[in-house]
Amino acid sequence: MGELIFGIELLITGMLIGLMYSMVALGFVLIYKASSVFNFAQGAMTLFAALTVVGLIPHVGLLWALLIAAVVMCVVAVGAERIVFRPLMGSSQLTIFMGTVGFASILEGASQIMWGTKPRGLQLGIPSEPLKLGEVFVSKPDLISAAIAGLLVIAIVLFFKRTRIGLGLRAIADDPAAAAVVGIPLRRVWAVAWALAGMIAIASGVLWGSRIGVHFGMSLIALKALPVLIIGGIDSVAGVIVAGLIIGAAEALGEGYIGTYIGGGVQDVMAYVVALLFLMFRPAGLFGQTAIQRL
Amino acid sequence: MLAMAVAAPFVLSEYWIKAILIPTIIFGLSALGLNIVSGYAGLISMGQAAFMALGAFSAVIAYGRFGVPVPLAILLGGTVAALVGVVVGTPSLRIKGLYLMVATLASQFIIIWALQRVPWTGSGSFATLNTPPVRIAGFDFSTPTAKYYLVLVVVALMTLFGWNLVRSRIGRAWMALREHDIAASIMGVSMLRYKLLAFLVSSFYAGVAGSLVVFGWTGAASVQEYELDVSIKILGMIIIGGLGSVLGSFLGAAFILLLPILIAVAMQRVAALTGGGTVSVDILANAEHVVFGALILFFLIREPQGLAKLWFGLASWVDRRTGTFKATKGGGK
Repeated sequence: MGELIFGIELLITGMLIGLMYSMVALGFVLIYKASSVFNFAQGAMTLFAALTVVGLIPHVGLLWALLIAAVVMCVVAVGAERIVFRPLMGSSQLTIFMGTVGFASILEGASQIMWGTKPRGLQLGIPSEPLKLGEVFVSKPDLISAAIAGLLVIAIVLFFKRTRIGLGLRAIADDPAAAAVVGIPLRRVWAVAWALAGMIAIASGVLWGSRIGVHFGMSLIALKALPVLIIGGIDSVAGVIVAGLIIGAAEALGEGYIGTYIGGGVQDVMAYVVALLFLMFRPAGLFGQTAIQRL
Repeated sequence: MLAMAVAAPFVLSEYWIKAILIPTIIFGLSALGLNIVSGYAGLISMGQAAFMALGAFSAVIAYGRFGVPVPLAILLGGTVAALVGVVVGTPSLRIKGLYLMVATLASQFIIIWALQRVPWTGSGSFATLNTPPVRIAGFDFSTPTAKYYLVLVVVALMTLFGWNLVRSRIGRAWMALREHDIAASIMGVSMLRYKLLAFLVSSFYAGVAGSLVVFGWTGAASVQEYELDVSIKILGMIIIGGLGSVLGSFLGAAFILLLPILIAVAMQRVAALTGGGTVSVDILANAEHVVFGALILFFLIREPQGLAKLWFGLASWVDRRTGTFKATKGGGK
């Protein structure tokens, strides 16, 4: 019985964390859907956003810090779209990807020059005692973070389905040239997509920051969203959510059961192992569409 | 250029050889490997540093624990890396672009993790293995100059090989795949063969470079030296040096390795001028990040062919000026 409860606890913790991975992954999906750019800089944006929020809190308090950070991220995201990615539009995917690597490096350097390299804690005022459901303990901060992440995910899905800009995004994802022909303002829609990715960076930065502290390792956390993308299929929002849950659960269970035999650290690579398996056997992911290519 | 490289130890101080020259040609070799897979075959890899680590650890274990002669240990380092490279490369047959990027990224993390955790490597908690004194046929390679020549010989041989390879049938097949893989395969270029071959050659180069780090430079295999940021640096080397250019790989390596020194000197000067004290190490490291990223973007947008093109431009200008009519196209190595 104790064994079973331990397993269930691990599973729940894992899935709560998994939702947070899904949220980070959504940042990638947004940009990818809008412009077929694979944005390696999402991690750096998360770090940048979190450092900005933490740096501002002592001066203006949490709420204002979040608002100012939102404005800053909009500026950064739109600026990046304008001076970095617009000149590269039309070049190969490889080139644009390399561009995002460069952009990530700039952001990481700049944010740490501005706010220093010391790891910082981030208190959101969420009570830390665990919640007891029957025999199973669930961590309250994890639960709240997961709830926020879940709400954000729903908000983004609705945004895609219901708003004009969301519709535009989907049209552009389908065929940019055709979308432009029927009068969808490409630039504005792109700018919105980048700004939204910036907002996601703030949310994930703050939630992850309250969990593990704000420091350089954060951009690595964001990279863990990549396996989530692979498993879910990069163009599928639903897939990303399910995949996040799978990865989170695999990590927690892997650490809990295998980790004790080989001295821990399993959760650092578990996500990548699962992703590699998927790549070998089901490259399009769970829900992704197999791309059909034309000459 | 080879003549310059051979003569270098007579001109430069020991510090330059150890701190700049040796790492430049080692990382140049690794960058050449990445350039083969990315610049020529158009497949992205974010795991080059991990393949170097594989080479480094295989070589040092073979030499230190089993007494395999150094040249064979270097070969072995390359081979182990190449075999793993092929396994990682298999997804590239069905998928491309970012999926492949994630596969190589995953291998980067998994390899480094495995080297730290698997007890057999014997690397312990610091994940570092020292090599015993390097001897080949009774000759002791302990001075920087001797090490330099050891590295230079290996790198020169492999560069020559790589240079010929990319101009051969194989190299042209890679470029055809880069331009459009499905079109190329319809025209009879076997995707399976050439993509895997690109991964094999690329990771072999990385493995050899890794074993040279051990035998010719730091004298130890250490996991910390092959983290993700090193893979990104090597990627930066080929972007700045020139994608699809043998010479560019080395120019890019030299440039990236000199960059921190240049920035440090520049910022200390500025700080001195403005009356500030010394600049902290943190700021220097982060300034390096910023400049590195900015350079990548600059070269991608303005000069996709990188330093190599600037170099050839300069060479032909010098030729015109001095009135010699040597062919410069494709010349220089």
